[in-house]
Amino acid sequence: MARAVTTRRKMTFTIIGWAIGLLIFFPILWTFLTSFKTEGTAVATPPQFLFFDWTLENYHEVQSRSNYMKHVTNSVVISVGSTLIGLALAIPVAWAMAFSPTKRTKDVLMWMLSTKMMPPVGVLVPLYLIFRDWGLLDTRLGLVAVLTMINLPIIVWMLYTYFKEIPGEILEAARMDGASLMKEIVYVLTPMAVPGIASTMLLNIILAWNEAFWTLNLSAANAAPLTAFIASYSSPEGLFWAKLSAASTMAIAPILIMGWFSQKQLVRGLTFGAVK
Amino acid sequence: MLSRTLLLGAVSALALGGAAHAETLTIATVNNSDMIRMQKLTEDFTKKNPDIQLEWVTLEENVLRQRVTTDIATKAGQYDIVTIGTYEVPIWAKQGWLLPLDGLGDSYDKADLLPAISDAVSVDGKLYASPFYGESAMVMYRKDLAEKAGVTIPEKPTWDQIAEAAKKMTDKSTETYGICLRGKAGWGENMALLTATANSYGARWFDEKWTPQFDQPEWKKALQFYVDLMKEAGPPGASSNGFNENLALFQTGKCGIWIDATVAASFVTNPKESKVADQVGYALFPTGGVENHGNWLWAWNLGVPAGTQKAEAAQKFVSWATDKAYSELVASKEGWANVPPGTRKSLYANPEYEKAAPFAKITLDAMNAADTSKPTVKPVPYTGGQFVAIPEFQGIGTAVGQQFSAALAGSVSVDQALQSAQQLTTREMTKGGYIK
Repeated sequence: MARAVTTRRKMTFTIIGWAIGLLIFFPILWTFLTSFKTEGTAVATPPQFLFFDWTLENYHEVQSRSNYMKHVTNSVVISVGSTLIGLALAIPVAWAMAFSPTKRTKDVLMWMLSTKMMPPVGVLVPLYLIFRDWGLLDTRLGLVAVLTMINLPIIVWMLYTYFKEIPGEILEAARMDGASLMKEIVYVLTPMAVPGIASTMLLNIILAWNEAFWTLNLSAANAAPLTAFIASYSSPEGLFWAKLSAASTMAIAPILIMGWFSQKQLVRGLTFGAVK
Repeated sequence: MLSRTLLLGAVSALALGGAAHAETLTIATVNNSDMIRMQKLTEDFTKKNPDIQLEWVTLEENVLRQRVTTDIATKAGQYDIVTIGTYEVPIWAKQGWLLPLDGLGDSYDKADLLPAISDAVSVDGKLYASPFYGESAMVMYRKDLAEKAGVTIPEKPTWDQIAEAAKKMTDKSTETYGICLRGKAGWGENMALLTATANSYGARWFDEKWTPQFDQPEWKKALQFYVDLMKEAGPPGASSNGFNENLALFQTGKCGIWIDATVAASFVTNPKESKVADQVGYALFPTGGVENHGNWLWAWNLGVPAGTQKAEAAQKFVSWATDKAYSELVASKEGWANVPPGTRKSLYANPEYEKAAPFAKITLDAMNAADTSKPTVKPVPYTGGQFVAIPEFQGIGTAVGQQFSAALAGSVSVDQALQSAQQLTTREMTKGGYIK
């Protein structure tokens, strides 16, 4: 009897889980399906789900009109570059805060987070002027710099919480065994923090990949990443849903695939310490 | 410091290296079919000008406006050519953000531009942007539905005639709605239609002292008419419909009458996209008791920002993309029906164009009926037509548009919407220093 109840409960949870999962995934699925429709079918009411004339015309059109590879390269350089620089800066910061905190550590963390509280458009013009004078407008270097600064508070916060979970006693034990500071970080701390660092890295690559305010406003022709590629397919006068969907599918495909392969790391990192 | 010096050095070295070779022009534009066609035809330009290369930046309209405004206001010079509307040209020209176009060459023929369009992009007689395509607004209707309902729509209809026809054409059981009008909030969305409608009812945004006029009977009459008509004969959820949503409805045979930009005619008569291509009739923008057809006039124009280092090459391109030879180039490659409309007299005098584009004559009539220097019958301190040509209008227009969109959705009454519009406009105009 008890066994039957458990099975039924399991089934219910599985069904609910799948339902919620599909609901969350639905917009992406719909975008994907729309990318194979003609502009007319894309806006048809009632919407057509699977039984329409599938066409690759939109992908063909998008390929012929934009330089997709240039945008992908820019996106990769900007998101990976800004995340790596961010990590290099944030690991020592988070280490110091987690293992030798002072009275002001909490305030410093709060202050860092407060920089995220202002709407970005508030600093658009000053930053634009600095970029203009330093010749950084429409360069990948400029975008890497600005995205590093924007995501730095999040990286520090995430790493800080992960590092806090590592018991200080283990590090002490290592020191007792005669490990130097360098050895302690490389052989003891890092292996234990790898899931945390990995998930921070992945999450920040995704955040940087999707960042659409600064990447649109500080780029023009040369450094424009995939966000600009998507933005170029919206039209004020004329139907555009199908082509926009094709462009969006192409823009999210690389990051989706990356997320798929690194799922394990991501989930492990995000739930790190959650069961305590 | 050292790294900055190195960086600057590297950047200037790159810049010098670039100058020795071809000049690259960066062009900012929107994703409309005429612009995409221009992008595809640029080989013709680069062949004639091997020392000039082109880079295109296509953006969504609102993103483009924000992006280009930031760049041009800081004179950063990221763009050498920008695509801007008739709303921006006079405002930006007065700010000194645009270069006067005096190097367009002999073949440009400025006198050939339609006077209404030419006036809209000139300040003190000088051209500050060159019109690429122009549009007004007009009535498009289904001839078959009109016949079935036993109504005729005259060439110069009144709003009452439109309302009567729309009601008779409506058959909600087959999802056929008599009228489709914009309802989505925005200064360039529902407020374009509603300002033009208000003009045709004799209403005005401001009196001579910049006092908002939403408390006057003309506005009440226009807005009440719009809300009532849309409730009775409009599609469901109209408060989120803009140009594209109505285009989709009309093309799929769900609208009897659609009143919108003249450029729509080329979409709804294209048999590849439209189910009703051979059934479209046209009429001028309706009047509501005064002799005013709404004064809707818009053009997308190519301008050269004052911050560019390549003014000469930029003007060369502007001239190529907007002179008469370009029309012929498009016609030879894609047919006369695809030539950008609404900028030149010569196009409308061309019998081949009239044959290929059945909407040519009515488009020209609609454009000639618009006078942006006198938007409405009563005296006003502003110019414009479906918009008011002051920098504050983007903000105010969108805020008022939200009120009117809410009135259409039924969440506030027409009176409440007008009252809020009056209050918020008065507040913004006082803040802007117009009302002393």
